[in-house]
Amino acid sequence: MFNILVPLISVVLGLLAGALIMISFGYNPVAGYAAMWNGAFGDAYFLGETVRQVTPYVLSGLAVAFAMRAGLLNIGVEGQVIVGWLAAVWIGSSFGMPPVLHVIVALLVAAIAGGLWGFVPGLLKAKLGVHEVIVTIMMNYIALYLSNSLIRGVLTDGSDRTENVASTASLAAPWLREITFFSRIHYGFIVALLMAFTMWFVLNKTTRGFELRAVGSNPFASEYAGMKVGRNIIIAMVISGGFAGLAGAMEGLGTFQYASVSSGFTNIGFDGIAVALLGANTAIGVVLAAILFGTLKIGALNMPTQAGVPTELVDIVIALIILFVASGYVIRWVFLKFSKEGK
Amino acid sequence: MRRLLFLLTLVLTLGIFLAACGSSEEGGSSDSEGSGSDSESQEEGSGEGGNEDFSVAMVTDTGGVDDKSFNQSAWEGLQAFGEANGLEEGEGFDYAQSESDADYTTNLNRLVREEYNLIFGIGFLLQPDVEKVASQFPETNFALVDAVAEGDNVASITFKEHQGSFLAGVAAAHKTQSDHVGFVGGVDSELINKFESGFRAGAKTVNPDIQIDVQYAESFNSADQGKLIASNMYSQGADVIYHAAGGTGNGVFSEAKDRVRGGDEEVWVIGVDRDQHDEGAIGDTNVTLTSMVKRVDLAVQDVSKQAMNGEFPAGEVVEYGLEDDGVSLARTNEEAMTEEIVSAVEEWKQKIIDGEVEAPQTRDAAEEYINSL
Repeated sequence: MFNILVPLISVVLGLLAGALIMISFGYNPVAGYAAMWNGAFGDAYFLGETVRQVTPYVLSGLAVAFAMRAGLLNIGVEGQVIVGWLAAVWIGSSFGMPPVLHVIVALLVAAIAGGLWGFVPGLLKAKLGVHEVIVTIMMNYIALYLSNSLIRGVLTDGSDRTENVASTASLAAPWLREITFFSRIHYGFIVALLMAFTMWFVLNKTTRGFELRAVGSNPFASEYAGMKVGRNIIIAMVISGGFAGLAGAMEGLGTFQYASVSSGFTNIGFDGIAVALLGANTAIGVVLAAILFGTLKIGALNMPTQAGVPTELVDIVIALIILFVASGYVIRWVFLKFSKEGK
Repeated sequence: MRRLLFLLTLVLTLGIFLAACGSSEEGGSSDSEGSGSDSESQEEGSGEGGNEDFSVAMVTDTGGVDDKSFNQSAWEGLQAFGEANGLEEGEGFDYAQSESDADYTTNLNRLVREEYNLIFGIGFLLQPDVEKVASQFPETNFALVDAVAEGDNVASITFKEHQGSFLAGVAAAHKTQSDHVGFVGGVDSELINKFESGFRAGAKTVNPDIQIDVQYAESFNSADQGKLIASNMYSQGADVIYHAAGGTGNGVFSEAKDRVRGGDEEVWVIGVDRDQHDEGAIGDTNVTLTSMVKRVDLAVQDVSKQAMNGEFPAGEVVEYGLEDDGVSLARTNEEAMTEEIVSAVEEWKQKIIDGEVEAPQTRDAAEEYINSL
């Protein structure tokens, strides 16, 4: 009950606070939110773009949520996204393979690359007790700059963008693009939904999932019960990284179809933390939260042009929603207090 | 339970209040971004007041319209164009800001949907997106600033940055006391290489023994990186740094200002794209020696005007250089730009315009040029 109510109230409070801020800066919040709605669902094009934005969010959210369920804070999703993106594009552009196989191989390699990036902090945590937050943050930078240098030096000859992936490796869905007026929607959303199902299945229907959750809730009790804590930590980080790598593949094989030298993080991984938080670390919650975040991101682009609300304010609104979600404890507390005393 | 109900009612009432509050403000909010002084009269004049039906918009790269660099310059150009032709912001001209690389296509599409006649993509980063969207919407005209895009409905606007940078190199070589200057680039790319090549050639022309440090930040918007690189270069003895790094360059300015403020060091920055005189001001002094000004605003106005008059240079590459003042060196800092420097700059400017000297555009060409000195 609370798991559903708290995020819902947070979102409503965030939107209300956003409205207050728009009013105090002299903008019309009704027009602002209407513009956001139109910008996300106004016509088929924007709907397609929203789905496109939601897709990597689902996967990066799953990545964070999966690790969280095993008691690990994977801040490194961002870096795992980057290596997954690069790996997918590498397979997609440098190898020739028959159509369906090519996509699958590219996706697999992306997941493996992300998993590898998760394996290192997992191993360090399990064997040496190094805190995963520190290691994953550093791994983000390694991923970013390594990817930049590989694009510049290995995949291309000094250029700042790789070639496009071969059509056999592309996730593009021409007929979907057609009916959404050339939006960049792609088949990736199917992959994302499949992975959400996979996460639910692994966590709730398998022994391994039970162990992971047990380690997450109490590593000492789990060890006492005979589970191998270290091994579960590594597995959790690898699977989490695999989800993140797939999120990168969505961008590499779907949205962009290439990888380019990037001066900063994609933010897909960092937004994934918020998505997982809002989704209460459950598969279905992550999907819903990703839809909300994708909608906010794409819809927000329309607010400046249609309602004159500056993008900075839009960022503030999004940040407020996250703030309220993060302070879910306070909402819970208020809620309990009022309902108890009322009785 | 009662208190819970009370709380809910409170929230709902607040919501209704907000909604009401919002709609009463509707009149003013649509143009509150503009001057705002006489919003009512503007409101009435909207729609018909403009020049026929021509409308023009631009998509920024991730720098945004307040980047103190070429996005801002382009937006100023559009604003000037709108003002000159009685267009209304949001109706006749507008911009869409991109928060990430993924937003370029979405923003271009949005503006197509809002039926703008001409849409500018600002910055070479938008090249693939402009090409793609332009091929999907052949009815709309597109213009790409800073790179060449293919397409029958696309005009490419480029600048001869190597010429302006050559002059920046000349100025730097005359100003330096240590015979040591630096260049900070944004992302190592064809475009920024033009700046680097021109600058190196210009500096070496004046003094073949000058030492030139070149470093790229691999980012156009990380001021901290810029500060770090500048700090290194100044510490190693360079006293003039030319930056072609957008927002990253702001870090170069802050490092230079810190050093001058901190004591007896004399260091200079050469700005880029816009006249960055204001960025270098500390009290009465200023660390901005000069700026390699790229008149993106002029180019944007120029192409908009052509499009409005039905002479849109579709499929062409329009190049602005020294001869048409598309690029130039600023002279706002009269104290630092001594007459000696100005006359040297003028001399080389004339030589470039007359074709006596050709400023190199690539690293290879720069090497060749320097070796031939």
